[in-house]
Amino acid sequence: MTASAPGDGTRRSVWGRGVGARRRFDGYRELVTPEGVDLRLRIGSYGERLGAMILDLMILGAGLLVFGLLVALAVWSTGATWLSQGAMIVALLALFLGRNFYFFWFEARSRAATPGKRMMGLRVASADGGRLTADAVFARNAMREVEVFLPATFFLMRGEGVDAALIGLGAIWSLVLVLFPLFNADRRRLGDLVAGTIVVKAPKRVLQIDLADADRRISSGLAFSPGQLDAYGIRELHVLEDVIRAGDRKAMAAVAGRIRDKIGWDGPADTADATFLNAYYAALRGRLESRLLFGRRRRDKFDVS
Amino acid sequence: MSELHLKSWRFRAEREADWRRLERLLDKAEAGGASRLSPDELLEMPVLYRQALSSLSVARSISLDQSLTGYLESLCTRAYFFVYGARTRLPERLARFFRHDWPNAVRALWRETLASFAISGIAALVAFLLVNGDPDWFHSFVNPGLAGGRDPSASTEFLRETLYDHDASMGDGLAVFAAFLFTHNAQVALFAFALGFLLCAPTAALMVLNGGMVGAFLALFASRNLGFEAGGWLMIHGATELFAVILAGAAGFSIGWSVIFPGVQTRLDAAAAAGRRAATAMAGVVCMLMVAGLLEGLGRQLITHDLVRYAIAATTLAGWLAYFYWPRKAAP
Repeated sequence: MTASAPGDGTRRSVWGRGVGARRRFDGYRELVTPEGVDLRLRIGSYGERLGAMILDLMILGAGLLVFGLLVALAVWSTGATWLSQGAMIVALLALFLGRNFYFFWFEARSRAATPGKRMMGLRVASADGGRLTADAVFARNAMREVEVFLPATFFLMRGEGVDAALIGLGAIWSLVLVLFPLFNADRRRLGDLVAGTIVVKAPKRVLQIDLADADRRISSGLAFSPGQLDAYGIRELHVLEDVIRAGDRKAMAAVAGRIRDKIGWDGPADTADATFLNAYYAALRGRLESRLLFGRRRRDKFDVS
Repeated sequence: MSELHLKSWRFRAEREADWRRLERLLDKAEAGGASRLSPDELLEMPVLYRQALSSLSVARSISLDQSLTGYLESLCTRAYFFVYGARTRLPERLARFFRHDWPNAVRALWRETLASFAISGIAALVAFLLVNGDPDWFHSFVNPGLAGGRDPSASTEFLRETLYDHDASMGDGLAVFAAFLFTHNAQVALFAFALGFLLCAPTAALMVLNGGMVGAFLALFASRNLGFEAGGWLMIHGATELFAVILAGAAGFSIGWSVIFPGVQTRLDAAAAAGRRAATAMAGVVCMLMVAGLLEGLGRQLITHDLVRYAIAATTLAGWLAYFYWPRKAAP
């Protein structure tokens, strides 16, 4: 039981270490609603942001390509010269609108996420907890111009008066800006800073069954003594929950073996690992929760005060 | 049997139906906006949201089921974004933008606008004088792709033709060229805005380049005694287009300025506030550039009389100035 449990606020990112005088990156950000409850928003990680960006660029590129092919097909099938000119104008405008307003259009809507962000479970939010305004969305996407598209233009204009030095500078520039989110606690890129926005994880979670269901607990027929239940704390309980929910038989066997050793299990030895773990989980949770009601929160197995 | 259940299990069993109801409403709302919900459901939403929030804080203090608290956190976050999210519809938002937000944002940038105008004007003047003295300077100021053959080596006749002919010099490609110019100008404007955070310097450089290009063009035409005609050709759309580029520079300056002199706020907060203000002005600048593109693509080709061109330029300029700076009532 050494894997760190998500959600206990102890995760540390290598990148967050020593950066940002006020706060370290722990993946979470406080957001207190007007009702006074902290929602503990999870910040979208760098990998998720990058994945969303790549997905969006692929969608945008594919959309423009299909559009261009349709226009070309229309021109080719009719063979009208006036149409080819109009098609050129339409293509230029479509490129402009796609490049500049694809992100704006989707993020200014109520879901506040482009298709790529939606696939990665991300959305844009205002950093101060207020409403996300259209101005903020415009500002964060206008900055995309200098972060990504400007250096990309240098590459495309190679050999048209843009020399190697400028391309090199552009590459360094975009490298700095692309890595920029790694150096602040909220994983904000330059556009987020200028617009005052953050990108948070807002996945849809399903409500899973309660593992401490009494019917399942009793049918196993296993009982644990208070001493056996005092072997672990909340952190281990959460890891145990993850192991049971994942349902990997090898991991369950290993964990069940270690628990049996640790608590000196002397009950029936032929119980299936899954049944044993489930029964121990329910009993441990009952014990820890009843102590919680008396104001005693036992963080982990080392917490013995 | 029920006392055999954990307290957290009973807590969940009592409230689960309400959570699922909220989840269903959110699914429906996220799929098609708030208009998909019936009035009853709309009224139900805030009540269910507060119930879920209170469930979340109770669950955090009594339940150690992390999948339950995780579910409630995600449910409350989704509901929070819906309940406190932006609710204005697009037509209302657009009307507000054109009636209040855009002119207000431009008015708030008046100092930066003057600075941006001064930089462009001085650059244009310097370029004009330099090209007047030695035509070779022309190439330093003007990108050959945009010049379209209008350079010191061109004949006076050719230059005159480019001012008035709408089919001979550039032929069928003219409308395409106008679309290209629009996207090019809009991109320059966006760069001027987006690069402002680098302490204003790149924005100032872009203003100098843009002003210099105008000055060099005018000097070229003036050297062939076509200065007056070239002014009309340029200003019929330039009154709008150059104004838009100057405003984009002003928007960039305001961000850079707030980074240098953040006042009582932190640098980050000051930049964010300036960025949002300036972004409104920038959305307007893109609209202005579209108008300029129309004037350039259609107006300039159809109207070839110099005085009419000047009259249109003066009218549009007066129109923009009145629209932005005419005193009006504050927004509600």
